[in-house]
Amino acid sequence: MLSRVANTLYWMVRYVERADNLARLIDVNQQLLLDFERLDSERLRGFWQPIILSTGDEEAFGKLYDDTGSDEVIRFLTDDPRNPNSITSCIALARENARTVRDQLSDELWEELNALYLFSRSPDAQRLLKSDPPRYYENIRRSAVTFLGIAASTTRRNEGWEFMDLGRHLERADKTTRFLDVSSYLPTGEDGMEEISRGILHWTAILRSCGAMGAYRATQREINAQGVADFLIFSKDFPRSVRYCIERVDISLHRISGTPRGAFSNEAERESGRLLAALNFGSTAEVFETGLHDYLDALQGRFNHIGGEIFETYVLMPERVQTQPLPKPPTMSDVAAWQQQQQQQQQ
Amino acid sequence: MEMFKGYDPGKFYDEMFGSDGVVRSHCAPLLEKFEKVDQRDFLARKANSELYFLRQGITFNVYHDNQGTERIFPFDPIPRVMPAHEWEHLEAGLTQRIVALNLFLHDIYHDQQILKDEVIPRFYIEQAKHYRPEFRGVDVAADTYIHICGSDLIRGGDGVYYVLEDNGRCPSGASYLLENRNALKRAFPGIFESLGVRPVDSYPRDLLNMLHHISPRRDGDPVCVLLTPGCHNSAYFEHCYLAREMGIDIVEGKDLVVVDKFVYMRTTRGLVRVDVIYRRIDDDFLDPVVFRKDSVLGVPGLMNAYRAGNVSLANAVGTGVADDKVIYYFVPKMIEYYLGQKPILPNVPTFLASEEADMKYILANLPDLVVKAANESGGYGMLMGPSATKDEIANFRERIIADPRNYVAQPVIALSRSPTWCEGAMEGRHIDLRPYIIYGSEVKIVPGGLTRVALTKDSLVVNSSQGGGSKDTWVLRH
Repeated sequence: MLSRVANTLYWMVRYVERADNLARLIDVNQQLLLDFERLDSERLRGFWQPIILSTGDEEAFGKLYDDTGSDEVIRFLTDDPRNPNSITSCIALARENARTVRDQLSDELWEELNALYLFSRSPDAQRLLKSDPPRYYENIRRSAVTFLGIAASTTRRNEGWEFMDLGRHLERADKTTRFLDVSSYLPTGEDGMEEISRGILHWTAILRSCGAMGAYRATQREINAQGVADFLIFSKDFPRSVRYCIERVDISLHRISGTPRGAFSNEAERESGRLLAALNFGSTAEVFETGLHDYLDALQGRFNHIGGEIFETYVLMPERVQTQPLPKPPTMSDVAAWQQQQQQQQQ
Repeated sequence: MEMFKGYDPGKFYDEMFGSDGVVRSHCAPLLEKFEKVDQRDFLARKANSELYFLRQGITFNVYHDNQGTERIFPFDPIPRVMPAHEWEHLEAGLTQRIVALNLFLHDIYHDQQILKDEVIPRFYIEQAKHYRPEFRGVDVAADTYIHICGSDLIRGGDGVYYVLEDNGRCPSGASYLLENRNALKRAFPGIFESLGVRPVDSYPRDLLNMLHHISPRRDGDPVCVLLTPGCHNSAYFEHCYLAREMGIDIVEGKDLVVVDKFVYMRTTRGLVRVDVIYRRIDDDFLDPVVFRKDSVLGVPGLMNAYRAGNVSLANAVGTGVADDKVIYYFVPKMIEYYLGQKPILPNVPTFLASEEADMKYILANLPDLVVKAANESGGYGMLMGPSATKDEIANFRERIIADPRNYVAQPVIALSRSPTWCEGAMEGRHIDLRPYIIYGSEVKIVPGGLTRVALTKDSLVVNSSQGGGSKDTWVLRH
């Protein structure tokens, strides 16, 4: 498979997964707020700020907005074109990636993503976001999971599929840690709720963001920090847990290279193997010893490391094995865009 | 439905109705079917087919439009129908033409016998913008230059088909031909039954067979790729579509690398050798070492591999000389010279500005003529005398005098019309036809072609960049 195509498939799915997760996060937070009484704007801010902090985009947000009210945060994360990580930006990027590898995708798969893109830019979507936000986010989520479902049922299980799967699970692992991390930033203090029930509401919201409510209940009785962190980080069979996702990443990496699991033939495999071992044998005691936030932060660093190594190995490497010095690889520049257009092909 | 009631074929050749207003016999079964569809149903189906194009992303980008918006190529659901005998005539004429064009290109890039015999003045070839003298003496695979040709045909008021131009570089539009058929099948599934319409879906297979045929490597399956300028190109949808239908990789210049005169693509498993490139990039951009130095779309060293015979290109380098509208004038002469045959399909009468008598005639008759720059396409660089303003005419007069080699003029041909749904009524609109001719181990032409329609009332310009749309083209079995 062409390196460029592998890379594009990987990012296409990462962006869809990212849009899906953001829609979940915002939707759940909005609903959570309905459970709190007497919220003035100061307290509201207290609930939206953590969302921004957990996405890691607080700097970009700060440059664009003065206030951290719900309207601003929702706008920023949902359909602000200036935020490259907003839901609509992610959808547009996913679609742009899909467009360049259109020949690799089934018709249905392309149609679903293109329809999502068309919806996200339609006046209907704008109206829905104002009048009925839960339905707006539900549309996004449904379309994203439909996309993944169509991908699963119409894509050959070849290298392309493994790269898509890699993208999906790496993104998902990352987002699960970010959902958990929201708790690190939550305000403490008086807000009309008992401390304990407030905690429960919060952890419930996180579980709901991950669609994990039912699954969690089936294994644990109490909803508390320990339980939720244990479930979302260490569960071996819940498909959004970090451990599960990293196991899938490890499997995909080894399928791509053909190296048996437990061994490694490149840095990405080595790092995924190490991380998986840490998760297989880790415990919440360790997590809280390190501190939840720091633990999650370290995880995110290791995900990035794996992502970087995948790129090194499969996209940059083919150039490195050259026997002759190569011209500088052309990057997609204005010049290229201009020339592509000059090539009118209007014959 | 009542949609055809009051339809006026006008004073033009109408593809569906005779001048007496009676439906042509080969269109009668179609008309009968359409009359059973009521208007609301018709409109709903039309809207559905438009949605289909949009959802499929079958769109093109319009240049000079800063919005960078994607538009769908307007599709008219009333097909153009052609009886079998007409198509046989076109098929024979187009085959004759592509054979002659390839003999001509071989000659021009080798002995130049046709110039020595003074059938074509040497000056015209040497001054042709897309002539590549540096490729003289280079042998190409299967001795074929134009593997895919999109010749534009028009039909005059006399009902005669003329060749308007040959596109022998990178003709586009074949994907629309295929998707138009899909869209019409979806919108009016009942219509196809029992009408005996010939299928068009062999196109990608014919194309792939041709690519295999020209492979320099005889052992094993050749690796064929489609080289695209990238996703910002207006025909990108088509590139993806054809690559997928053929099951070959679509590559950009940066995906390819030349090592020791062999072409490779960069894959996740290292470098894989490439044998055949269906390139959708013009010569100028192919190789920055040889052609435009600033091209970032091409592959450095590609021409070395090509000259060494290690990779084949479809179409070959230098075919643009046959696209030149001045050279077009000589195609009937080529047919006689190389094949000793009379041309089956006539050219449109053409005047060459660099011939003294023609120049005089052109300058005296500008308001009645169509003037074309020799090397422009897409409806650019053209003067439509009858609808031009005085300023435009004066402007072209200057240009022609300044650079006669690069201008030709033709009488205005009243293109035939076809009933077309226009904002609430069925009206006649002018159309042309672009068949796609593939020259591999044999000549293959998918029945029909892309029928383009000028949607603007009375307009004769069918290009998509100038408000054109398209129709499905039906060639009947009988």
